[in-house]
Amino acid sequence: MASLRQIAFYGKGGIGKSTTSQNTLAALAEMGQKILIVGCDPKADSTRLILHAKAQDTILSLAAEAGSVEDLELEDVMKIGYRDIRCVESGGPEPGVGCAGRGVITSINFLEENGAYDGVDYVSYDVLGDVVCGGFAMPIRENKAQEIYIVMSGEMMAMYAANNISKGILKYANSGGVRLGGLVCNERQTDKELELAESLAKMLGSRLIHFVPRDNIVQHAELRRMTVLEYAPDSKQANEYRDLAQKVHANAGNGTIPTPITMDQLEDLLMEHGIMKQVDESEVGKAAAAA
Amino acid sequence: MSMTIDEKKAQNAALIEEVLKAYPEKTAKKRAKHLNVHEEGKPDCGVKSNIKSLPGVMTIRGCAYAGSKGVVWGPIKDMIHISHGPVGCGQYSWAARRNYYIGVTGVDTFVTMQFTSDFQEKDIVFGGDKKLEVIMDEIQQLFPLNKGISVQSECPIGLIGDDIEAVSKKKSKEYNGHTIVPVRCEGFRGVSQSLGHHIANDAIRDWVFDKTEDKRPDFVSTPYDVAIIGDYNIGGDAWSSRILLEEMGLRVIAQWSGDGTIAELENTPKAKLNVLHCYRSMNYISRHMEEKYGIPWVEYNFFGPSKIEESLREIASHFDDKIKENTEKVIAKYKPLMQAVIDKYRPRLEGKKVMLFVGGLRPRHVIGAYEDLGMEVVGTGYEFGHNDDYQRTTHYVKDGTLIYDDVTGYEFEKFVEKVKPDLVGSGIKEKYVFQKMGVPFRQMHSWDYSGPYHGYDGFAIFARDMDMAISSPIWGLTKAPWKK
Repeated sequence: MASLRQIAFYGKGGIGKSTTSQNTLAALAEMGQKILIVGCDPKADSTRLILHAKAQDTILSLAAEAGSVEDLELEDVMKIGYRDIRCVESGGPEPGVGCAGRGVITSINFLEENGAYDGVDYVSYDVLGDVVCGGFAMPIRENKAQEIYIVMSGEMMAMYAANNISKGILKYANSGGVRLGGLVCNERQTDKELELAESLAKMLGSRLIHFVPRDNIVQHAELRRMTVLEYAPDSKQANEYRDLAQKVHANAGNGTIPTPITMDQLEDLLMEHGIMKQVDESEVGKAAAAA
Repeated sequence: MSMTIDEKKAQNAALIEEVLKAYPEKTAKKRAKHLNVHEEGKPDCGVKSNIKSLPGVMTIRGCAYAGSKGVVWGPIKDMIHISHGPVGCGQYSWAARRNYYIGVTGVDTFVTMQFTSDFQEKDIVFGGDKKLEVIMDEIQQLFPLNKGISVQSECPIGLIGDDIEAVSKKKSKEYNGHTIVPVRCEGFRGVSQSLGHHIANDAIRDWVFDKTEDKRPDFVSTPYDVAIIGDYNIGGDAWSSRILLEEMGLRVIAQWSGDGTIAELENTPKAKLNVLHCYRSMNYISRHMEEKYGIPWVEYNFFGPSKIEESLREIASHFDDKIKENTEKVIAKYKPLMQAVIDKYRPRLEGKKVMLFVGGLRPRHVIGAYEDLGMEVVGTGYEFGHNDDYQRTTHYVKDGTLIYDDVTGYEFEKFVEKVKPDLVGSGIKEKYVFQKMGVPFRQMHSWDYSGPYHGYDGFAIFARDMDMAISSPIWGLTKAPWKK
């Protein structure tokens, strides 16, 4: 048996991390890989397409009911979904309360201590929006995910988030050995998207591992709480995810230490590709009416 | 035989130099600003203060939670103070600081009890507001005679953003306007307990004064109403102070906060004069009452007959001739008693040297009491003083006194080793270090489980305790094994 691969998907909120990761992992399962998905988002929707349902029993909600995580058993929180993919959701507090970051730390420690990783080939972490605090950086810290895949698009804020996440990876790259596996561009059909994604990947010292074209079939599958792999295995889009899965599988050990760029460099990149026009410094901060 | 003042100054300056040599360059540079030899005539003691302690040294300081829960709020006896957060902070501040009080503990008074929300991991992750509500409900049910609740925030409350203000307002409304005070005294705020005092003062302003104005229309004022501010009644200090004010003909309407009640706090804006003992921890609220209610305040010092006499006259000067005459009678009444104390102890204590390191006001306030006994304070410093404390200190210390702000464990040990005082007065953490060095020691925070030390009654006990420490036959029996 090959050694355990631990990967994580990061990216701007709403970019399609969970959809991309679940479809890719479903394709990896099709290849015979044994998979564990660890959802690290308080919304607990990282395993919805695999389980055909939103996971109700998150680690933290059960722990709160039982008193503490020490009172939980692994079986209480682990669910089995499509192609025997194991799923756990960390869960967390309702928005605006408590500390979701601490929740992620608690959950991952619980899973490790209780042998959740035994007998699987892949552990995949699906983490919310941005590396806002130490808790959400947990999966990229020592002895956790070896490769991070950043899901992004040609939109400026998605690229900005990708850069921020790279900073988080860089911080832990030397102490823990985490690497940037590559960027996954989830097409939004913005101008020159592929070019931009490739340029950004290059500037970050990485590569664009796959460009996932936009296809409505993904939405159709989602409405039935399914991955495209399960909903329409013969579709063109299913093959895209199989392609991505192959690339991820072949990418072991090929991750790089990212080279994050400055905000100015990012703006230059957009200007180079004609997405953003040079703005006269005197117009910065001026309302449309005043200009 | 004895050194000239210039020789003494040179010796102290050399000692500071020597002590600083142990530090890395950067640390030495920073610590040098906190150590000095006092020059008479200067406006302050020439040290920097109220600055973050350096990593690597052993500081004697506490935190903002200690300043609020431990010092200001904790002694208010008919309120229940919740140590809100993980259990440790509550456990280690349990039983308070020997703030004596009258009442039935667990029924109508709660000072030595400990209430904590005992945060668990799930409270951090999901927030502790709901738990806080439950605790308040339980308090109301189990201790119906409590007159108020305060929420003393520990560090995690500020980190996870719990809304303790909303909970306090909600529960206060639910319990018919019951006083519930959220205090944002998270330990990581500020450089020492000092900010905790300030935060606690502000909480009284915002959550007691501003909410209870005209709550007590039945209060009948007299022209002689005063409030004792900044006496925590350690070992009964406030009581031995209060009787003197009462003998003068004044009416003490509040004690802040030793043996104090929430009703007394609420009534204080009706006082004619606020008499302030611990300036450091309660000058904020005194200034506020002066600005908002026009109440003047006066600092006083009830350590040792000389300072007591001065202070009584100073307080009396704010009142009419009747009070002034009474005051002279009080002074005259105690004079022979104090003389008897001095006659008994001074011959044994004359010329003995003392080094101090304490908190709020004592590094300067007790100097007069030692001098009444013929003793000399040769070194002093504050844990968490500000520059205004060091300004006030100039009125007490002699030229050439060694001054050390936020002293480190190493510095204090070295200073004592070289200066060789006959007595060190500091806290429990310092006590055994110096006793093992063979130096007599008294705890000057807790009065070493004795007291009171305030007022005329307190001076008799103070003199006895200092004599007991210094003249104990034990010091003649100690001998280092390698010196046999």
